[in-house]
Amino acid sequence: MKPLKPRAQRLAWIGAGLAALGVAVGLVLNAFQSNLVFFFTPSQVAAKEAPTGRAFRIGGMVESGSVVREPNSLTVRFRVTDNAQTIPVTYTGLLPDLFREGKGVVAQGSVAADGSFTATEVLAKHDENYMPPQAQSAMDAARKGTTMKTLREGQGR
Amino acid sequence: MIPELGHFALILALLVALAQAALPLLGAATNSAPLMALARPAARAQALLVAFAFGCLAWSFAGNDFSVLNVASNSNSELPLHYRIAATWGSHEGSLLLWTLMLAGWSFAVTLFSRNLPRELLARVLSVMGLISVGFLLFMLLTSNPFERLVPAAVEGRDLNPLLQDPGMVFHPPLLYMGYVGFSVAFSFAVAALIGGRLDAAWARWSRPWTTVAWSFLTIGIALGSGWAYYTLGWGGWWFWDPVENASFMPWLTGTALIHSLAVTEKRGAFRSWTVLLAILAFSLSLLGTFLVRSGVLTSVHAFATDPARGVFILIFLAVVVGGSLALFAWRAGKVGLGGSFAVVSRESMLLANNILLIVAMASVLLGTLYPLFLDALGLGKLSVGPPYFDSVFYPLMAPAAFLMGVGPLARWSHAPIPELWQRLRWAFAVAIVSALILPMILGRWTPLIAGGVLLAVWIVASVVETLRVRIASAPRGDLLGALRTNSSSYYGMLLAHLGVGIFIAGVTLVKGYEIERDIRLEPGDAVEVGGYEFRFVGVTPGPGPNYRAVTGRFEVRKDARLVETLKPEKRIYNASGQAMTIAAIDVGILGDRYVSLGEPAGATAGDITGAWSVRIYVKPFIDWIWAGVLLMGLGGFLAVMDRRYRLAPRRGSVSASPSIASAAD
Repeated sequence: MKPLKPRAQRLAWIGAGLAALGVAVGLVLNAFQSNLVFFFTPSQVAAKEAPTGRAFRIGGMVESGSVVREPNSLTVRFRVTDNAQTIPVTYTGLLPDLFREGKGVVAQGSVAADGSFTATEVLAKHDENYMPPQAQSAMDAARKGTTMKTLREGQGR
Repeated sequence: MIPELGHFALILALLVALAQAALPLLGAATNSAPLMALARPAARAQALLVAFAFGCLAWSFAGNDFSVLNVASNSNSELPLHYRIAATWGSHEGSLLLWTLMLAGWSFAVTLFSRNLPRELLARVLSVMGLISVGFLLFMLLTSNPFERLVPAAVEGRDLNPLLQDPGMVFHPPLLYMGYVGFSVAFSFAVAALIGGRLDAAWARWSRPWTTVAWSFLTIGIALGSGWAYYTLGWGGWWFWDPVENASFMPWLTGTALIHSLAVTEKRGAFRSWTVLLAILAFSLSLLGTFLVRSGVLTSVHAFATDPARGVFILIFLAVVVGGSLALFAWRAGKVGLGGSFAVVSRESMLLANNILLIVAMASVLLGTLYPLFLDALGLGKLSVGPPYFDSVFYPLMAPAAFLMGVGPLARWSHAPIPELWQRLRWAFAVAIVSALILPMILGRWTPLIAGGVLLAVWIVASVVETLRVRIASAPRGDLLGALRTNSSSYYGMLLAHLGVGIFIAGVTLVKGYEIERDIRLEPGDAVEVGGYEFRFVGVTPGPGPNYRAVTGRFEVRKDARLVETLKPEKRIYNASGQAMTIAAIDVGILGDRYVSLGEPAGATAGDITGAWSVRIYVKPFIDWIWAGVLLMGLGGFLAVMDRRYRLAPRRGSVSASPSIASAAD
């Protein structure tokens, strides 16, 4: 192969760059399709706005006195509230250090037909001083009596 | 008094930085030697003033001066001295001061190692660094004064976040910032070259060691952060694709592209505009990373909106630096020129392909990091982009780059015949294929993903060995040491870094493929078998620590009924904040780690620590290879800059154009 002329060479590389970008865009769209996790408040879940059969996140406060540990297993039941609606959550596994009654929490999982939420992951990546931002905004939205705007499935793709 | 002295030193530093930014640049434009000569003393004076200010803050932390707001919010008299000093950069204000100190330190280093630089270039480089420093000093003095007083003084401090009370966190931020800020040197060289309109191989040779050192620091800083996450966050992961991590990873990817592109610019004079663009991009992403982590925008875009002073300042600063340098690039890049031509299959083309892949991968990380922020800021809803997104986009993009890494070092510059490459690499290729087919089966499970990872890892290691073998074979027979000595240290640095990538890929593949994670409830006396090891939970004992109360568990790990190790994971409650923290216990081994961390009491009565506990028991094969590989990459970078040709006075405009393998070293 002979060295290409600079102009042809530049065009070839721009083409290669565009091709790589195209592949990346394809990968990104494909990954977005299945891996974006949307966020809903307990009020929205109670109003059946959350999707069924697809994982999403729910945020709010762990209701005081609601945490029940099943004997002889790692299963924990608690309720997440935005002070307007309350959603029962079941989680099997180890809870993060910062999980407490009366504190903010974000859980990822899916909702069953009876409205209960089965969490695969409980997140509390925050310190004692503030709420997880999503939990805080869920409470704020419920207090204002407005529904938080949330992307529905099918939008934003 | 001491904090006021520190504050005053910062104000003086700002004035000196203004002079450093303006006068030498003016001198270079008007060809005035006295003005240009100001650059060096000004940079040194500024560095001393900032270092003095930093010392004042550290002094206040060490002496528990709770009349300083920053100290009262981030330290505590119970905190051991080394963590009190580390707390200096544990806060927003302190970490900005550290950033500025690093910048001043890099400027100081430039004044020391610049005897061979033309004075116009040196004046412009130090001016640009002075400009950046003006931005950061203004930011600190206007919005984030680390010396702000608290009236009345607090009796006791609020404590450093317990997560940061760890040796890894003492060293992680300084190393990371060394890398971030080090890219400012590459950036300043690029902008200086754009202003001067002269960009040649000598320029690349000057800016190359600076870039490589910065990249090496960043590499090791990221490795430390990842290792810290593994043993302190208590869930045994090593990378979470968290925005804070991505913020440091994007400059790293761009920096990796930059050091490769600089190699082409130095050796062949090609890719000039591209190199300059990458230098601008790498530093811009460092600034973006600082903005993301420091403005509070990640915690909540609304927190940013309600206290906008800091965020708006960084945003404006970012716009000025990025916009200004890109505008300069658009205006002047034509002068810089493109450089030589090369064939479709050549070392240049492979390095360019590697560059494209790295930058596209960086863009996909950028998208995944910023997309949720944009949607939230525009009020379009809340969502998160999780690790599966990054995994499914990043790995396919990096696989071809990893493949090219094996071929590139053996390919000739300008034109690399494919038959010759095939002849050289067929053994490495065969070894990689055979390993990919057989190794996973020996380890217990064959999947396409594991096989693919093993293929790439073995391919890289085998091709590094082959590259070295070809080098030695071309030397006179029998004189192995002499043959080894003829190669430059930058050549060995490159091989070492590539070897590191191979080991890193092996670690990632094997830990992802064969790790076993068990979350389980154990009564004292219970035993469980995980990954061929028996873990027996003996029980827990309470005990005090210097500034916390702890509960220490005891686990006996047995293999074939023989005691291998006793692991003692801890659960701590910190006195000052009441925050709980899990300290995992890890039995580290070359072939893998045994990892135990305590959950919480799970007995019949709540809070009874003598009963059952929930625990995590993980077996992580080859996980330490991940950090070993990354450390090798960083060490490779340091080895590369020890090359003596960087210390020689370069001949301006000399480009070695010989396409032979010998000159293709780096």
